[in-house]
Amino acid sequence: MTTSLLQVRDLEKRFRAQKSFFQAKQYVHAVNGVSLELNDKETIGIVGESGCGKSTTGRCLLRLIEPTKGEILFQGRDITKLSKVEMNKLRKEIQMVFQDPMESMNPKLTIREILSEPLIAHKIPKAQHVELIVKTLDLVGLSEKHLFRYPHEFSGGQRQRIGIARAIILRPKIVVLDEPVSALDVSVQSQILNLLQDLQEELGLSYIFISHDLGVVQHIVHRIGVMYLGEMVEIGEKEKIFDKPLHPYTQALISAIPKSDPDEVKERIILTGELPSPSNPPSGCKFHPRCMYATDTCRSAKPEMREVEGRKVACHLYN
Amino acid sequence: MENVLEVKELTTQFKGKVGYLTVVDKVDFTVRKGEVMGIVGESGCGKSVTSLSILQLLDKKGKVSGGEIRFKDIDLLKQGEKELRKIRGKEISMIFQDPMTSLNPVLTIGKQIGEIIVKHEKQKGSNVKSKVVELLQLVGIPRANELFHEYPHRLSGGMKQRVMIAMAIACNPSLLIADEPTTALDVTIQAQILDLLRSLKDDMDMSILLITHDLGVVAEICDRVVVMYAGQVVETTDSRTLLRNPRHPYTTGLIESTPQQSTIGKRLKSIPGQVPTPDEYGMGCRFADRCPKAMEICNHGVPPLLMIDENTSCRCWLYKEEEHGV
Repeated sequence: MTTSLLQVRDLEKRFRAQKSFFQAKQYVHAVNGVSLELNDKETIGIVGESGCGKSTTGRCLLRLIEPTKGEILFQGRDITKLSKVEMNKLRKEIQMVFQDPMESMNPKLTIREILSEPLIAHKIPKAQHVELIVKTLDLVGLSEKHLFRYPHEFSGGQRQRIGIARAIILRPKIVVLDEPVSALDVSVQSQILNLLQDLQEELGLSYIFISHDLGVVQHIVHRIGVMYLGEMVEIGEKEKIFDKPLHPYTQALISAIPKSDPDEVKERIILTGELPSPSNPPSGCKFHPRCMYATDTCRSAKPEMREVEGRKVACHLYN
Repeated sequence: MENVLEVKELTTQFKGKVGYLTVVDKVDFTVRKGEVMGIVGESGCGKSVTSLSILQLLDKKGKVSGGEIRFKDIDLLKQGEKELRKIRGKEISMIFQDPMTSLNPVLTIGKQIGEIIVKHEKQKGSNVKSKVVELLQLVGIPRANELFHEYPHRLSGGMKQRVMIAMAIACNPSLLIADEPTTALDVTIQAQILDLLRSLKDDMDMSILLITHDLGVVAEICDRVVVMYAGQVVETTDSRTLLRNPRHPYTTGLIESTPQQSTIGKRLKSIPGQVPTPDEYGMGCRFADRCPKAMEICNHGVPPLLMIDENTSCRCWLYKEEEHGV
């Protein structure tokens, strides 16, 4: 077996949640033991509802948030052990695109300046800057005439193109996309999704695609990981998971996608209740209060990740 | 069927840097008794402004400059502020996209819902409380008695939207305007809220005007739909026909660019370019420069909204009057 490009093992992130100095120390487990693998030129989707830890996972991979525990192996090297300087160098290989491109760009810089920043940070000779920038703008469907404009002069879709240009200008191996199309309208969203697929082919990128929109995820990813309250509950190939979701949460999530086909038979599983607070998670399997198959075992023991029907799932139903 | 709301040639303008910009341009539609009518469109197409115009909740820069909004037997545009206040919240109520910004953070849930009952139904004291608790239970809020005394920040997004719905249905309105009620919510919660709206509609015999950008939501809950583009209605039909057999090239583009089961592994179709802003509207069809079927005539004249069969009307030069006999 070839080693994968990125391997994440038991990633954990705890945030301190201490309300006052005199209180005992409290922790919120935002990410709790997440493992995943990413192969070359592959897209893996991380889905889940708000607060499930999917964005935190994404940020931990670049060490924008320092993980508390766990290993992140990039081409066999554990990047959690790198020094700050080494990590900065490595960020050339792993880049990120954020949800709201307006908020992630300095409004006082022109597009040329925005796109030069990664080049300056990684000490690319100045002579090559313009050529690289123009070439990258061309790749994302913008042109030279946009160079001296400011972010506010662009529409949402164009801004996201700039966000993508900034991420790929250093020709990274991996791009972490954190809800890249959630803020966009449907007609523009499809333009960006197509662009991402083209770039993947052309530049051989691997994507980690974080989203709450299962329709979009189903379209673009190869493999998918479903998170619930900081834990991965099911991970595997897209076809297998969408055809036959095993974890009750995945089942509910997939059945809740509003289908735009009026003739499709809908078997809706409507979950009762809401996501519990991560600072006070339920015992045993964290999904048990909302699960219709919950048994006593689920209330007391945490299910382990197991290989079932060609994917990994953490549920007592499949012991 | 009886019409609850009839909107005719509604035109809303906003004051811009140079003169007025027409944001909603001669919009026509009706909402029948007991149905869910959807308004679909992308950001900037004027769908929210249309809904705000109905209750005349526009801010100072905006004004309704023409048309007629007939609710039951009265023209809402001819009513004074005093009469409108009697209608808002009682006969027609509204829920918004972001429940956090539409709830008052310094009043308890009970107080906020109770306010409407005190105002419109002239109830007092314990009557109000029991009615509020009943409403909270109706919208599926657990521990209604305790939550009566809670503040909005203690609730999750889905719960807050339920509170908004409780507030909106407090006086048994005949029409509920829901402006993107599930956009800020997670899918599983969205399914819960749509389910709730559907059952409330049946139980209370109310009509719903639902504004959304999501065709999935349309398929789930709407009976009929108006598609808006750049301030105009481009297509009106029942939701099944719209999704199965869209007539306007914009509707077709919108449906084809939504990722779904049939598009997996294929390249998504997309509509090139972007929605024009009100100051960019040209002489011709506003969709012409993005339209794959654009013809010569499209750049010169705005196509009329034609009835092309019994329940479908479409604004496109592809459909001619003679062919369909109006």
